[in-house]
Amino acid sequence: MAAAGVRATRPGRLVAAVLLLALGWLVVYPLGLVLLESVHSAGTWTAAYLRQFAARSSEWHALWGSLWISVASVGLAGLVGIPLAVLVTRYEFPGRRLLAGVIALPVVLPPLVGVIAFLFLYGESGFIARAVQSLLALDEAPWRLEGAGAILLVHAYSMYVYFYLFTRAALLSLDGSMLEAAASLGAGRWRTVRRVVFPALRPALAGGALLTFMAALASFSAPYVFGGGFRVMTTQIVSTRLNGETALAMVETVSLTALALLALVIFRGAEREVGGSKGTPPAPVRLASPWLRRGLAALSWSLGAVLLLPHLTLLVVSFVPVGTWTTEAIPPAWTLGNYATLVRDPVRLRPLVNSLWLATTATVASVAISVLAGALIVRRRVPGRRLLEGLLALPWAVPGTVFAIALATAFSVHAPWSGRIILVGTVWILPLAYLVRNLPLTSRATLAGFRALDPSLDEAAASLGAGRWRTLRTVTVPLLRPSLVAGATLAFVTALGDFVTSIVLYTYDTRPISLEILASLRQADVGVAAAYGVVLMAVSALVFALGAGRGGSGIA
Amino acid sequence: MPFLRVDGLAKRFGAAAAVDGVSLAIERGEVLALLGPSGSGKTTTLRLLAGFETPDAGQVIVDDLDVTRAPPVTRRFGMVFQHYALFPHLDVRGNVGFGLESVDVTGAELERRVAAALELVDLAGFERRRIAQLSGGQQQRVALARALAPEPRVLLLDEPLSNLDPALRERTRRELHDLIHRIGITTVLVTHEQEEAFDLGDRVAVLRSGRLEQVGTPDELYGAPANPFVAGFVGRASTMEGMVVAVLEGGTRVLAEGIEWGVPADAGVQKGLVPGQPVRVLLRPEALWMAQPQPGTLGAVVEARRFAGATSLFLVRTDGGTLLEVSGAGRPVAVGHRVGLVPSRRAGGGIHLFPVEP
Repeated sequence: MAAAGVRATRPGRLVAAVLLLALGWLVVYPLGLVLLESVHSAGTWTAAYLRQFAARSSEWHALWGSLWISVASVGLAGLVGIPLAVLVTRYEFPGRRLLAGVIALPVVLPPLVGVIAFLFLYGESGFIARAVQSLLALDEAPWRLEGAGAILLVHAYSMYVYFYLFTRAALLSLDGSMLEAAASLGAGRWRTVRRVVFPALRPALAGGALLTFMAALASFSAPYVFGGGFRVMTTQIVSTRLNGETALAMVETVSLTALALLALVIFRGAEREVGGSKGTPPAPVRLASPWLRRGLAALSWSLGAVLLLPHLTLLVVSFVPVGTWTTEAIPPAWTLGNYATLVRDPVRLRPLVNSLWLATTATVASVAISVLAGALIVRRRVPGRRLLEGLLALPWAVPGTVFAIALATAFSVHAPWSGRIILVGTVWILPLAYLVRNLPLTSRATLAGFRALDPSLDEAAASLGAGRWRTLRTVTVPLLRPSLVAGATLAFVTALGDFVTSIVLYTYDTRPISLEILASLRQADVGVAAAYGVVLMAVSALVFALGAGRGGSGIA
Repeated sequence: MPFLRVDGLAKRFGAAAAVDGVSLAIERGEVLALLGPSGSGKTTTLRLLAGFETPDAGQVIVDDLDVTRAPPVTRRFGMVFQHYALFPHLDVRGNVGFGLESVDVTGAELERRVAAALELVDLAGFERRRIAQLSGGQQQRVALARALAPEPRVLLLDEPLSNLDPALRERTRRELHDLIHRIGITTVLVTHEQEEAFDLGDRVAVLRSGRLEQVGTPDELYGAPANPFVAGFVGRASTMEGMVVAVLEGGTRVLAEGIEWGVPADAGVQKGLVPGQPVRVLLRPEALWMAQPQPGTLGAVVEARRFAGATSLFLVRTDGGTLLEVSGAGRPVAVGHRVGLVPSRRAGGGIHLFPVEP
């Protein structure tokens, strides 16, 4: 029994090797197969699919669509998120706290749920459209929620949070005395912002931009529901595959992956950390003019309302009996029937149970693997630790659609000697897919937690006679709890609301909530779809709230 | 037979030798201080003792048992870390009881021994306190109680006082001294503060660049330093260049700055010196006395007065241009005055000769 020292021990190396192999098999190998199958068919190398891809203008349109939608999403999300962060962090006005609380609300809406909420709200038969229609006495809906504009609207709403969180954190870590120093050196307000504040914020802005870009590039729900004739690569892949052109779908998958990796490389250059400062953040400015204060307050309250509208819409629709609400401003009838259907009908209840156990299993496994990997990478410093860390982070860089296709490709063939077994169509493929997609979320938090942990705590435990297992159980894990909870919360909520991987890999027995929402919507069962959405939203919010409560109390 | 023995211990980190052939013998109940500047290898030596590092060469033997490769879990060495490494999620009882639970002490016995350990460090009744509620001094004492509770064979202290503010440090040092001598535990402590080493250690081991320079009692180190490094590191000393004039029965006479100085034989280190040999003359501040400038004294000008008190320390420049530190008890000498330096009345005490290395 070796102690929790800083050196790699033989069992440590063995476990690391097993972990590397497992991740290689689950993460790298499927992606490699996709790459292979895009240029290799029936035992020979071929460029036919590449040529086919290049010859079709629809492919280029989809790729270009993915790119410009992602860039525009970054711009829009930044335009909303950055001013909000500055407003909430730097200025004191009535309603500041309320706004700060409401701002994070889009997070509890899983992608598909956000999309249907927008549909109910801004769609051609949604509240707003109907209100405008009756107000202006129009014959038909004033707009159609379709195409690139609709996608961008949803993206701006669901992705500005990245910019908001990053910018706010950076503003809070700004040293107030730095601003005072700039002022004492004769720098005016504009020069201070340009020369002092902006350079300090730049890594955060780059971080927010990267997250937004990757999320927009991987976005599936919004283009799937609102795209109409407008294609982006994620929806293109799924429809090509549905048409049976599997090899072409592989080429498309490779092209999307290449785009994601390229973006990652470009953004990483800008994200480099500026030396941190340890000071107190500048105090929020109390605006002198009462009019300005009131204006800001009014603005923040109305903004809060806009942010809350999708949630409220979902809630309202979930209580309306199907087909009773047509043109009225307020629903004429209310019912609990939609929820009763969810609970009473075993076929309707199944997806709820499925999503809960799938997300729980994947999250628990992902946290366990992350703790193991964290101990090996940070504490034991095993050989290959950089590779291990890279493999854990890789699924984040690859759009969900790509991963789903890759897993579907790798595990639909029975060839044990080449590491391929049939998992597609079994109960195992979805939890496995969720697990792989969860790993970056939990491992990032766990590794950061391990790095912040004083190694002499491990040594203290060892010198007090505690073996490796007892040290892990009584010292390491309790101290890591805030990081573990943060990672697990994010992972659980993501898995619970997952749509993009599920739509490729689900079976009837494991169908998750998101697919049932889609099915209900197709059957015009709007109330039930909304009820599912509300359940997802409520569980996500509950998990986030629990996580915030648990994580915070780790160390007094 | 020493209780704890270290033989030819060596440890490299990459190309740099952190510890380079250190051998030590520590008696049962003895307190040894490892003293040295940062980077001297003292902390690495302690970590090798604790088992957090494995040496590249050499042995650690405790109670006749080779523990060189034994993991820290099995060594039964108590350690107090520089930043204490108290478990922040456990209360005082949880911390102090942690090592006892490792040896399956439970229930009332556990409570009793935790209480006893806390009593030892004067923190009786602190069981339920959270670590964050304790002051720095209290945290240090909890760390000590935690290390002592499982009754370790050896106590290791890594810079035990460096995290305390100066006002508290002196008092805590006294308490620590009394405690470890009262329970009579074999102790190795690391410090870069000479005063701490001299006060706490029965013997002091001076380290430089991973090598052991000298081991001895504080008196031995001060009175008979083995080399100029020890002389300079332990206590204050200034240097003059000189030459041996005569080696006599009672001592050595040496010419430096135009004056003949007598160095008594018991100051050590002048064995093997021969007349005509160039030497480095190390002078403790108390070795010189400031008199009126007159023939036969070493002429000098007072350049600065270091700090006031019962004995001020004066920085004087000799006519030969050498800067010396001289303690001047009570004599009112102003900066800029000319003085004549003579060996103090302690008949040459505080002067050490070292051959100049070619």
